[in-house]
Amino acid sequence: MSGAATTSDTGAGTSGKERRERPSTFALILNNRLAAAGLAVLGLIVLAAVAAPILPLADPNATDPANRLAPLLSEGHLLGTDALGRDMLSRLVWGTRVSLVVGFSASLIAALFGSAIGLVAGYAGGRSDQILMRLIDLMMAFPYILLALAIVAILGPGLVNALYAIAIVNVPFFARNIRGITVGLARREFVDAARLSGKGPLTILWSDMLPNVLPTIVITLSTTVGWMILETAGLSFLGLGAQPPQADLGSMLGDGRKVMFTAPTISLVPGLMIFLIVMSINLLGDGIRDALDPRLRSGALARPSFRTKVAKGRRMPGEDVEGADLPADAGGGVHPPLPAGNSPARGEIDGSGTSAAADLPPCGGDARQGRGGLPGTNTSSQTATPVLAVRGLETEFHMGSEVYHASNGVDLTIRPGECLGLVGESGSGKSVTAMSLMGLVPSPPGVIAGGRVGFKGEDLADAPDKRIRALRGGAVSHVFQDPLATLHPLFSVGDQIVEAIRAHQPLFKRAAETKARELLDLVRIPNAAQRMKALPHELSGGLRQRVSIAMALANDPELIIADEPTTALDVTVQAEVLRLLDTLRRERDTAVLFITHDFGVVSEIADRVAVMYAGRIVETGATDEILTDPAHPYTRMLIDCVPVMGEPERRLDAVPGRPPAANRLPPGCAFADRCPRVEADCRKGEIGLEDERGSLAARCLHPLAPGEALAGGPIPDGAGSGRPSGREVSP
Amino acid sequence: MTATIAKRLLAAIPVLFGLSIIVFLMIALIPGDPATAILGSYATPENVARLNASLGLDKSLPQQYLAWISGVLSGDFGRSYALNRPVIDIVLERFSATLLLAGASLLLATVFGLLAGIVSAVRQFGFADKAITLAVLVGISVPSFWLGLLLILFFAVKIKLFPASGMVAIYGGGGPLDILHHLVLPAITLALVATGVIARLTRTAMLEVLRQDYIRTARAKGLTERRVIFRHAFMAALVSVIPVIGIQAGFVLGGAVYVETVFQWPGIGAMLVNAISQRDILLVQGGVLVVAASYVLFNLLADVCQTLLDPRLK
Repeated sequence: MSGAATTSDTGAGTSGKERRERPSTFALILNNRLAAAGLAVLGLIVLAAVAAPILPLADPNATDPANRLAPLLSEGHLLGTDALGRDMLSRLVWGTRVSLVVGFSASLIAALFGSAIGLVAGYAGGRSDQILMRLIDLMMAFPYILLALAIVAILGPGLVNALYAIAIVNVPFFARNIRGITVGLARREFVDAARLSGKGPLTILWSDMLPNVLPTIVITLSTTVGWMILETAGLSFLGLGAQPPQADLGSMLGDGRKVMFTAPTISLVPGLMIFLIVMSINLLGDGIRDALDPRLRSGALARPSFRTKVAKGRRMPGEDVEGADLPADAGGGVHPPLPAGNSPARGEIDGSGTSAAADLPPCGGDARQGRGGLPGTNTSSQTATPVLAVRGLETEFHMGSEVYHASNGVDLTIRPGECLGLVGESGSGKSVTAMSLMGLVPSPPGVIAGGRVGFKGEDLADAPDKRIRALRGGAVSHVFQDPLATLHPLFSVGDQIVEAIRAHQPLFKRAAETKARELLDLVRIPNAAQRMKALPHELSGGLRQRVSIAMALANDPELIIADEPTTALDVTVQAEVLRLLDTLRRERDTAVLFITHDFGVVSEIADRVAVMYAGRIVETGATDEILTDPAHPYTRMLIDCVPVMGEPERRLDAVPGRPPAANRLPPGCAFADRCPRVEADCRKGEIGLEDERGSLAARCLHPLAPGEALAGGPIPDGAGSGRPSGREVSP
Repeated sequence: MTATIAKRLLAAIPVLFGLSIIVFLMIALIPGDPATAILGSYATPENVARLNASLGLDKSLPQQYLAWISGVLSGDFGRSYALNRPVIDIVLERFSATLLLAGASLLLATVFGLLAGIVSAVRQFGFADKAITLAVLVGISVPSFWLGLLLILFFAVKIKLFPASGMVAIYGGGGPLDILHHLVLPAITLALVATGVIARLTRTAMLEVLRQDYIRTARAKGLTERRVIFRHAFMAALVSVIPVIGIQAGFVLGGAVYVETVFQWPGIGAMLVNAISQRDILLVQGGVLVVAASYVLFNLLADVCQTLLDPRLK
């Protein structure tokens, strides 16, 4: 979900602009070069056909046996003459006229009756709908052209009968399409309103429904009219349509076939004309469909590539030394392991003004003690070099001329065995940030425009595709939000885990299967051997997510990126999955980047927290400290959204207001518009991520003091009661 | 699985029943006296009377239908007036030729349509995509009866690589290789439109699937891009393309009529055109019924394949 969700979130800001700049349908068609070419060719042909009576053409039926089968460009006969000496050019123009009239008439008849049937069936519903649609289905059970032949067999050969036959066999296409739309519309409020106002069904169909289904009729018409011209010509070609002396393009082609070997142009020229007509109509039809289909217009059907595009002139973070070039590891090296309660002033240590503040401190052992974590893990993680050191990450979405700054200079540091909670509302850029690490942000439209993704000293943004593929699912694995959507629906879960194993380990299938079964056992799936064969939809949500976790663990990763892994689950299952993930990562000393919007979940699993807002980290610190006494008003408000047992008076309203549009970020603090503590200086200039008290660093000019409540709302005393108590704070 | 297939088979029965009614009504719908219509206005009164009696037209419509359908079920479609042979013999003989042609075309269309669609989707907006998109547009806009002539003029007349007409060489032909040799041009001609349609829908289906979360999962697992495309994306896209292939079976079976006429392929389409011109209604009836029924079975097959591929559809 993450990528898509974020894209749509950032898209929120576009609607206004789109409205302003949306070109007319006609302009869109003209912009499409192929469609415009189709329109031009079709226009010329139609013009010639319409003007046939006033054009200086010979009589199309005047025979001249002395001058039969004249070649192309012969005198007086630009396209030569046919077997009876008739002028081909004249016959071509007149034949085109007939073909166009017949084809368009058939289309209109089909559209008229098909749409009427579709409207009535869709609007009336119930039994009339059933009967009409069964009949339509029955018609469609015949091969299309065969049905036309059968109808001609009944009516007898002839141009008008061919027209009827083609019209009838096309009725089902219209009926089905229009019915589909109508059924949806018939349940809408405006139709109820019309009914209540006393309008009769016919009036409603005519004045309320028809205008709404008209685009669908036009699309269906534009995509079928070419066919209908082709098929009527086909019937004439077979001798079942136009009868002599009347001639359309099809019958000209059919007649010409008799002299095909001596004078091929006589049959080829009318065929070419049919082709030109149908081709130009199809080009135009595609243009119309594209112009009327909003999905195609927005580029929503763009194909995401293997890896997020990395901008050529990628902006690099200041004179940052860590991240890419280890062992010069600022994160672990510069901050020496500190005794509890003695927090460093980090601004000075990092040396660089902007990124300094952003550097995340190693979480003090004290914070972990509060959580009753494993001491062994803690000590190792304090001294160890970071697994992940992201610096100044900027991920943008380029849509048209707009640039959305989804991730706007993010720094993250995670050490082995550590769990960092990345928290924020939807649209804050947390998922995009997380998905950028392994290049899983869809491109287009995603672009990594700046920053470094340091993984154990290697800049992944620079790494070759092969290296990324080796890391994905190997050293770095993912657990995504909705396992029903993220597991392949057609492959058994065992198969999918085996595939993950074999992508990185040279195991035979049998051995990989054994390992997969062990993994399923590990994530405590009962009857693992049987579940191997289950398809994702046959498992419950909780089991599915366990499968995803098993898959993520398949190759003993050093870092798991978990993007809202419990959000789609119900609460009890959520707790189980969280506990499982927490246990496993402690047992295996795996680093975890845990993305969530829920501070309740954060308190369960994360050692440290980074809070994101509008593409930036606005506060970081040890989980307990942040939960008890955050410095940033936004963090405070997010925490206040979490319900706490035994505190019914706690307000549960979400943070009021909306984040700013990611393509129009305001200067200064992006949260200013929603902040109860906002002052004039908040809206000016860059605000750095400055150290506050303890392990906290916040991007705020007017941070909250410990225990301070936000103005404008009752904040329960302490706010952190019911949670592990934080340490004593020494400001 | 057997149960699923049985269920689909049962569901096809009412459709076949409906088809038979429509085909039966062909005679009833003919304006005026059917026998005269069938035999033409120059028919002798004796012939008209005999035909009326043999068609059972003196009975009520349901009785006539019962009589007709019981004949059909026992393989008796009546006699062709123009050819003076049992309809069933002609239809079966002709239909096997059509089935060969249509089957070969559908095979070509499926293989090349899927390939083109995949390439087009994977190279979206690239040169290959644009080229394929344009080729597809051309393919679905070309009248097959014209394309057939072009192919004959070039391959049969100019470079004499393939024969222009027929199913076997008139002198000393008849082996499978000979049939294949004759099959190439008509099969390509007939396959073109279906290839275009399948390519187009495969492209759309692939693009739709490639945006799905499980493709991101596949990539996050570190699978090669080839495996992501051909296994994860293609299998999922195939589920929605299979019904399209089923529908194309209908277009190929019907479109065979043009190709058979152009290449003088001794199939049922060319036979139907003659039968219609000669108002040999019983022959038309039998031919239409057999082709329509085979189309229903084709779709049934597509349905079953789809269910096999995607067990969620059960």
